[in-house]
Amino acid sequence: MTKLDSKIPEGPLAEKWTNFKAHQNLVNPANKRKIDIIVVGTGLAGGSAAASLSELGFNVKVFCIQDSPRRAHSIAAQGGINAAKNYPNDGDSVYRLFYDTVKGGDYRAREANVYRLAEVSNNIIDQCVAQGVPFAREYGGMLDNRSFGGALVSRTFYARGQTGQQLLLGAYGALSKEIKKGSVKMYTRREMMDVVLKDGKARGILVRNLVTGKLERYGAHAVLLASGGYGNVFFLSTNAMNSNASAAWKAYKRGAFFGHPSFVQIHPTCIPVHGNYQSKLTLMSESLRNDGRIWVPKKKEDAQKIQKGELSPVNIPEEDRDYYLERRYPAFGNLVPRDVASRAAKERCDEGYGVGNTGLAVYLDFKDAINRLGKSVIEARYGNLFQMYDKIVDENPYETPMMIYPAIHYTMGGIWVDYELQSTIPGLFVGGEANFSDHGANRLGASALMQGLSDGYFVLPYTMQNYLADQINVPHLDTDSPEFEKSEKYVQGNLDKLLAIKGSKTVDSFHRKVGLIMWDYVGMGRSKEGLEKAIEDLKSLRKDFWSNVNIPGDSTGMNVELEKAVRVSDFIELGELMARDALSRNESCGGHFREEYQTEEGEAMRDDENFMFVSAWEYKGVDEEPVLHKEPLSYENIEVKQRNYKTA
Amino acid sequence: MDLKLKIWRQVDANAEGKFVTYPVHNISQDASFLEMMDVLNEELVTTGKEPVAFDHDCREGICGMCSLFINGRPHGPDDSVTTCQLHMRKFKDGETVVIEPWRAKPFPVIKDLKVDRSPFDEIIRSGGYVSVNTGGVPDANTIPINKENADLAMDAAACIGCGACVAACKNASAMLFVSAKVSQLALLPQGKVEAKRRVESMVAKMDDLGFGNCTNTYACEAECPKDISVSNIARMNREFLHAKIT
Amino acid sequence: MSVKYSSITKKIWMSLMGLFLMVFLVVHLSINLLLLVDPTRELYNTAAHFMGTNPFIQTFQWVLFLGFTIHIILGFVLQIQNWIARPKGYKVKATSEDSFFSKYMIHTGVIILIFLGIHFVNFFFRVKIFHTVPDFILNGVNTGMEDMGIVVVELFQNPSYVIGYVIALIILGFHLDHGFQSAWQSIGVNNSKYTPFLKGFGHLYAIFIPLGFIAIPVVIYLTT
Repeated sequence: MTKLDSKIPEGPLAEKWTNFKAHQNLVNPANKRKIDIIVVGTGLAGGSAAASLSELGFNVKVFCIQDSPRRAHSIAAQGGINAAKNYPNDGDSVYRLFYDTVKGGDYRAREANVYRLAEVSNNIIDQCVAQGVPFAREYGGMLDNRSFGGALVSRTFYARGQTGQQLLLGAYGALSKEIKKGSVKMYTRREMMDVVLKDGKARGILVRNLVTGKLERYGAHAVLLASGGYGNVFFLSTNAMNSNASAAWKAYKRGAFFGHPSFVQIHPTCIPVHGNYQSKLTLMSESLRNDGRIWVPKKKEDAQKIQKGELSPVNIPEEDRDYYLERRYPAFGNLVPRDVASRAAKERCDEGYGVGNTGLAVYLDFKDAINRLGKSVIEARYGNLFQMYDKIVDENPYETPMMIYPAIHYTMGGIWVDYELQSTIPGLFVGGEANFSDHGANRLGASALMQGLSDGYFVLPYTMQNYLADQINVPHLDTDSPEFEKSEKYVQGNLDKLLAIKGSKTVDSFHRKVGLIMWDYVGMGRSKEGLEKAIEDLKSLRKDFWSNVNIPGDSTGMNVELEKAVRVSDFIELGELMARDALSRNESCGGHFREEYQTEEGEAMRDDENFMFVSAWEYKGVDEEPVLHKEPLSYENIEVKQRNYKTA
Repeated sequence: MDLKLKIWRQVDANAEGKFVTYPVHNISQDASFLEMMDVLNEELVTTGKEPVAFDHDCREGICGMCSLFINGRPHGPDDSVTTCQLHMRKFKDGETVVIEPWRAKPFPVIKDLKVDRSPFDEIIRSGGYVSVNTGGVPDANTIPINKENADLAMDAAACIGCGACVAACKNASAMLFVSAKVSQLALLPQGKVEAKRRVESMVAKMDDLGFGNCTNTYACEAECPKDISVSNIARMNREFLHAKIT
Repeated sequence: MSVKYSSITKKIWMSLMGLFLMVFLVVHLSINLLLLVDPTRELYNTAAHFMGTNPFIQTFQWVLFLGFTIHIILGFVLQIQNWIARPKGYKVKATSEDSFFSKYMIHTGVIILIFLGIHFVNFFFRVKIFHTVPDFILNGVNTGMEDMGIVVVELFQNPSYVIGYVIALIILGFHLDHGFQSAWQSIGVNNSKYTPFLKGFGHLYAIFIPLGFIAIPVVIYLTT
């Protein structure tokens, strides 16, 4: 069994990153020109890393599946980005941001990584402002902050409801600058199909050109995966339609361990599901919880009338409304972390108090905020979100309360990486949502953008150099080498196999099925029986897929169904790993809620004695059981407590 | 509801394309336009036909990937939305819906309704950024920026690069897209530093790529899903004039 | 030209020349209106004589020609480039909300150009090249000035000419309606404070300038 080496630097927590940088290996400028780096994905992590590495002098080859690097799904992040600037003078600090993140993640993240994240958070804001990111400002010209779930300070910087877009466009600008300079070569509409290893090190990738259908080979001295999360395993999620797990999954199959696969985040404020043709769920920014109050009817008969369309929520008197978050969590109220808010909504709906025609929705009401602040203030804060809601649901949220329900939003799990963000395959680095680090079992709002940019701008440019320092004499990997030949044969064989099935069921129908299994058994509430059933169901679904999927056309030229089929086949396998991981973790923590492990009040019950470790799974073969490796977690700078959002 | 779809089909960039008519049935009014396209594609695949290729990704109106010229309007018959946010309640039962790709010389069709919008990337590469490297920048609050300018910059920065402006413009002009970026950076002190160089090279690149000239028809503004104002075009013209005469 | 000058440079010249021509129209109209003010044609002919002989005006005339030429050539160059930019059009004509007249600037422009040609043959060439304009006799005395007024009055006895003139001027109005506000936009004048005023003024300009011109043939035709 491989021992997982997290490579956490020596020294006190606050000095670890400084120590690392002071003692790490560097590559001299003349040698940087000789080194090629491949970056897969152009979101916040990939885009910023590619630009920063190129600025240092490395040759960078960047790949994305979209038609432009600007379209990566980071663009859809709405709410904001955290930083420990303490501009509002409300008591924030690097330590407090670190503390909140570890606590918010339910003590399942590595202390040293999270501290580094908090430490560089301030640099991110400086960098983005210098790039011309139009953050919201106050009349005095200074940057504005707002508060987010899981924190008692206002530390979130934002650009209206489009913070992710603005940060990504900043990184895209930096990337564009480097492409113009010539040291970044950009490859769009390309999908990574395999990682190519030589002597156990990641030395290249095989990609499929989505326009011509041709398989293309690219060699390098190191590969960085920043291909995002795998929320689309649930079919319905807030992820983009093309977001997928395949790049990470191929890496896993080539020997990179998969960390915490079962840790997924369910976002509490999404527009509820309304039809079976539905293709995705739309998130309403968590920032809405700053001013909106969440409630369901106190009386079950009112809820039933609402579900039948016989009663309007505006007609329910104040005393008959159950503001259940304020009731259960007086200290944090509507601003409890996402996992807590999501589970509370599910609990009310499961009990029969849900609203909407499906009974799977709760109200997010702005009546009090409008009365207190005036409609114009609310419009200025959330106008675009209200408009979006109106367009989708055809209801005016200024007049009737919004309906929301939790939906899959983010995956904390991902490829296991050490402190240097290197996977168990030497030379294969993983950044952003694609890796498992930093968020533990639950991510706090406005922390994903922070982590993506921290990895890309300020961590990987250092840690990758540390690895590359002794690679300067390694010659370029010839794309005619047997390693590439083998990889291409394997990938083409897989595509041919898929195309030869010519069954009767569409790819999407399989995607819906895997999504349903995952939502029912590996979603907000999990149990031993459910998870065991999920594993069995996914196994038979996999068999069904490989015998009955229908993919029209062939592998030459553009074939959208084939692209989807590859991704769905990976989702089915990944789903199984997620279920296994959830099954092996006999506790509840963060987004992972095992129904067997809860307090009498229905709160998550951790088992720190037996489960304070990172689960890292090793691939052993298609029909083999994966092997679980454990990286113990220790908390030296933070007192491990049961999370409590009832009192501050 | 039932609809008749007239869709542009084209095998690849070099092929001749043509319109093909497809009926779709039992579409929910609450479905989005792209979900309606999904239903059609699912049907096509089930009957062994090749599905219609169209670009889409986030399906929440921010990635800028979706396009489609629907019944004479980019992003279809609703204001301030992208195609993925367009809902079928905007159509009448039994209506014929003509779906075409964006048409412009710099945006060649790749397949069916997908076009190549990489010229937009080329324009940004020619100078649509602030030339700062990672690290070594001052504290974020060092330079105060008046709120009005910050807000105007954000208005311009909201551009999603979908290309509806080019598609709508009778001249296939990219002025709204280019001016949104020029404006955003011209309004902020960080962008001011290289404002002259930026506007000159971005405009030159835009012209080189073969986009048409702006004749101030303002169709771009009317069709922009993010309501980018043509006042940005005026600001770019001003910036350009300033760069040329000083 | 298209290679050397950017699209915006061309647009700026187009606008500056357009605005310049609009100023010229005001001067032209003011002189024309003298015919209605003074039926003896003395004022009009005096003004015409001044315009035709004053050395400054005569020099400036070439600037005006240049302005017309630049405006017209640029108009064609821009339009041709615009056609090239969309080799394949849409099946369903665009129905986007836009500035209506903006779509027909080339069409209205070409009609105005044809009108301008006829206008030159009828007036400018007669006085400058063919010298077929009679002398202006006022109270039995030869003033030594050409009687441009009589040329106008005689032309406006022809109903088809009057109708053609009126139509051409209406079309000029369409051209001006878009042209006025568009010119400001192209040179970068767009501001929430004064753009509404400029737009409003442009509409009034595009209505009243052509109306003023139209009034002359109509009044002359109906009164003589």
